[in-house]
Amino acid sequence: MSSDLIRLTAAELAAKIHSREVSAVEVAQAHLDRIAAVDGDAQSGVHAFLHVATDAALASATLVDESIGAGTPPASPLAGVPLALKDVFTTMDMPTTAGSRILEGWRPPYDSTVTARLRAAGITILGKTNMDEFAMGSSTEYSAYGVTRNPWDGSRVPGGSGGGSASALAAFEAPLSVGTDTGGSIRQPAAFTGTVGVKPTYGGISRYGLIACASSLDQGGPCARTVLDAALLHEVLGGHDPMDSTSIDAPVPSVVDAARRGATGDLTGVKVGVVRELGGEGYQAGVRTSFEAGLRLLEKLGAEVVEVSCPHFEYGLAAYYLILPSEVSSNLARFDAMRYGLRVSEGASAEEVMAATREAGFGPEVKRRIMLGTYALSSGYYDAYYGQAQKVRTLISRDFAAAFGQADVLISPTAPTTAFPLGDKVDDPLAMYLNDLATIPTNLAGIAAMSVPSGLAGDENGGNGLPVGLQVMAPALGEAAMYRVAAAFEAARDAEQGGPLIQRCPEWS
Amino acid sequence: MPAISRDEVAHLARLARLAVTDDELDVFAGQLDVILGAVARVGEVAADDIPPMTHAVPLSNVFRPDELRPGLTQEQALACAPAAEEGRFRVPQILGEEQ
Amino acid sequence: MSLLSTPDLVDFDDVVERFDPMLGLEVHVELNTRTKMFCGCPTEFGAEPNTQVCPVCLGLPGSLPVVNRTAVESAIRIGLALNCSIAPWGRFARKNYFYPDMPKNFQTSQYDEPIAVNGWLDVALDDGTIVRVEIERAHMEEDTGKSLHVGGHTGRIHGAEYSLLDYNRAGVPLIEIVTKMIPDTGGRAPEVARAYVTTLRELIKALGVSDVRMDQGSMRCDVNLSLSPKGSGVLGTRTETKNVNSLRSVERAVRYEMTRQAAVLDAGGEIVQETRHFEEQSGTTRAGRRKETSEDYRYFPEPDLAPIAPSEEWVEELRGTLPEPPRERRKRIQADWNLSDEEMRDLVNAGAIDLIAATVEAGASSGEARSWWVSYLSQQANTQGVALDELAITPAQLARVIALVAGGELNNKLARQVVDGVLAGEGEPDEVVAARGLAVVSDDGPLIAAVDEALASQPDVAEKIRSGKVAAAGAIVGAVMKATRGSADAKRVRELVLERCAG
Repeated sequence: MSSDLIRLTAAELAAKIHSREVSAVEVAQAHLDRIAAVDGDAQSGVHAFLHVATDAALASATLVDESIGAGTPPASPLAGVPLALKDVFTTMDMPTTAGSRILEGWRPPYDSTVTARLRAAGITILGKTNMDEFAMGSSTEYSAYGVTRNPWDGSRVPGGSGGGSASALAAFEAPLSVGTDTGGSIRQPAAFTGTVGVKPTYGGISRYGLIACASSLDQGGPCARTVLDAALLHEVLGGHDPMDSTSIDAPVPSVVDAARRGATGDLTGVKVGVVRELGGEGYQAGVRTSFEAGLRLLEKLGAEVVEVSCPHFEYGLAAYYLILPSEVSSNLARFDAMRYGLRVSEGASAEEVMAATREAGFGPEVKRRIMLGTYALSSGYYDAYYGQAQKVRTLISRDFAAAFGQADVLISPTAPTTAFPLGDKVDDPLAMYLNDLATIPTNLAGIAAMSVPSGLAGDENGGNGLPVGLQVMAPALGEAAMYRVAAAFEAARDAEQGGPLIQRCPEWS
Repeated sequence: MPAISRDEVAHLARLARLAVTDDELDVFAGQLDVILGAVARVGEVAADDIPPMTHAVPLSNVFRPDELRPGLTQEQALACAPAAEEGRFRVPQILGEEQ
Repeated sequence: MSLLSTPDLVDFDDVVERFDPMLGLEVHVELNTRTKMFCGCPTEFGAEPNTQVCPVCLGLPGSLPVVNRTAVESAIRIGLALNCSIAPWGRFARKNYFYPDMPKNFQTSQYDEPIAVNGWLDVALDDGTIVRVEIERAHMEEDTGKSLHVGGHTGRIHGAEYSLLDYNRAGVPLIEIVTKMIPDTGGRAPEVARAYVTTLRELIKALGVSDVRMDQGSMRCDVNLSLSPKGSGVLGTRTETKNVNSLRSVERAVRYEMTRQAAVLDAGGEIVQETRHFEEQSGTTRAGRRKETSEDYRYFPEPDLAPIAPSEEWVEELRGTLPEPPRERRKRIQADWNLSDEEMRDLVNAGAIDLIAATVEAGASSGEARSWWVSYLSQQANTQGVALDELAITPAQLARVIALVAGGELNNKLARQVVDGVLAGEGEPDEVVAARGLAVVSDDGPLIAAVDEALASQPDVAEKIRSGKVAAAGAIVGAVMKATRGSADAKRVRELVLERCAG
């Protein structure tokens, strides 16, 4: 039954496809049908997708079926499984907009390394998902193409910048997605939608073909409804890329293995550090309660919970909102109407056309950050702003190093609140930035982090209960420890609550 | 005392090639002022002898050999060009000088 | 070689008496690597527009740079040859500004962490004076694309209707070499500037890392100049002059700027800090477009690239690949060829050393090689208005011509015709010989016939020869040479004349 197929995990789907119990085409079609049923458009509907590649997806699935039918071993453990791709990765056969008007309809002449690896793995790319423009935002409300809705409550945001990738999972439109995380853009939407989102160690997944936001912070990562599924996708995507000078030249950590081991539920001997500065004031009551319950659960599994302090984390937001805009102001300079993208032909000169196009093509948040970054890099201001922020970054890294001397992994709530209503913070940039309080330090330090669902909580208005995420952090290249703890937690939580949290997501209407 | 004036914001917009409207300038100036006020607190941290960080995982000497790699055809390069002529990108009259 | 006249706005010697010129030179060298600085696109000159591009050098969204190892090696070698210290650690930086010839609207360059610093280059002036030019730095950067300005008068940017961009050149590796301010040159500033660029060019050519052709843009020179009133200790405002496309232009640009600035100061004006353009025709500099605000490049370290940290071992390995320093080489050559200092200087000034050496290496004697390059070929170069090494004849080809003369197949007069043929693009020396029918007539048959004819038409001369006045043979030889249009071997003709008269 196609409605059952969409409820399966990627691992389950893969098993069925590879054993020929079900065809990849059937699986693809089931998900395409689901998208057609619920995705709708920006006015109503989940609107996770900006582009659905029906023909290409079915063609790709057909090839997988033919190959399996011929007795060829599957190209990867996920061959034939469908996936939604954040519209920030270049794809030759689909438009790539980065959620911006300035790239409306742009067809890149090359695939990103992530895209290429997905294709090589036989994964069915269903389409491109919605995002805050150029990955700048925490609610997906800054997309030039309209909002994405949280499947748990259509009047609320799914988080951002990768709201589309997360909602697609929560709405069962895809079992897998790929996002990017610069300050929490994978993890915070995962928390808001009750799904799993991973930010690998910086350099762990290639950025070639990832439309840049902040080069020293951006990191692509796997998203799924279960920890194991995320791990399977992580191993497909990760690994050195000679086209990306910042990619890590080391084997991908054995995260699938770690996830399987973790699922046995024994965390004896594991030291879990609670970061004092990532919690407390500014964090919604329901979030804190859920977090504390999570701590108890980890202790039940045999983990030792200790408290650690990272005193420079309080400067994390400030440092981040200096470094990011600075790099953004430079990375987005290339959008000038000369070689591709939007051209607004007002004005006689190249300079006028550039300025008019960028004015028309960029949204207000992008413009704000470009100007902020231009300021922070200006001569006379560099030392006090960008220069100083990079030093604070070193201090934050050192805080993490010290903390990892006391614990194997660190944990915190993923976000200070549950999903807020659409429109609540869109006109208040600073309020929007506060969403990233708990996630930003890991981007600044480049270490690994992920969010797993930890429970439901009412918001300040009470209510039905919206997802809360638990963030697990590990040292650079320490993903195995992170996946292990996350998998153990997930298994225990599912057992305690009678099933995966996501199955309690209301039916979309 | 605002951290940043409307004129300064106008200057930034020019530097960044953004033809912002007067109304936008008013709004942006206010917002940027607030944001700058918040981010300026990085200056509170004593960091005189702290080295700046630029890469999360230490890297150095990442090279490629001086070998040819297939690129794009002229057609691919120009495919999305707003305007093209004789195999080149056509751009409006350039006022500034080459650097 | 005559110096094209340059208009002196104020008498040059007068300027020198009252002002000290402060000279600085920035030279950009285009490396001859096979691929670009940050991607694997070819660097070959002359391809169809936008056929040597990829997502990286086009700056497409999502693209990332990866450093060309050979370019780094060349940069280090240049630094070592200039006696610089090689930085043990340094990063690339972004230089941010908007211009359509730069796909990313920033140039990936090096800012406060250049790969080579604090070197020097000893430069010999015409009279043998040695000036030590101190080098501030050498760093790596990428070239821009090329723009064609359409509409308007001269194909230049002013008044153009629109522009056409070709990005084949975008991303080609450049090394920028900056001197420290060169003080105390006085009236010899123009000469020093020219000598520096000449010597630098020779050095880099010897390294084999660039074609260093100023006429083709693989070497570009910017001249920085300010005037300080003598004895004041006050530095003047500096101007930067671009579009200096030949060694001669370097000298002329310095000289003109000195007199222009003096004229402005004398009239009570102020020197504007600006970029100027050298105009080849008039030998003057003209102001570029005035900018509203000075450019703030907002430099920051390039986050997409890892730092360059050359190990001591690697640097020493590269040091071992440096060729003999040109001055040492010249001393050795002077001894080998047994030349006086003056003779050697003439050769250096003519830019002939390498050409002669290569010709010798291809088999010619040093005397013959020198003679050809310094006289006949220098004349040709002068006439054409090009440098000796820009002539359309290679040392190997010249060596072949010399060999043909040595082997008796050509005489000197014919040899010049063959050389002319090669210069005109008619092909290799042997091909020219065959096509033009220039071989020395060495078959005695036709020669004997010509000799007999000449003897018959000058019976009195013939009589003189028969009676023992051997010197008279010259007239017959001349007649035969004329009849054979110079293609006979004069020596052989003379022998035959004597033979025919004897028998």
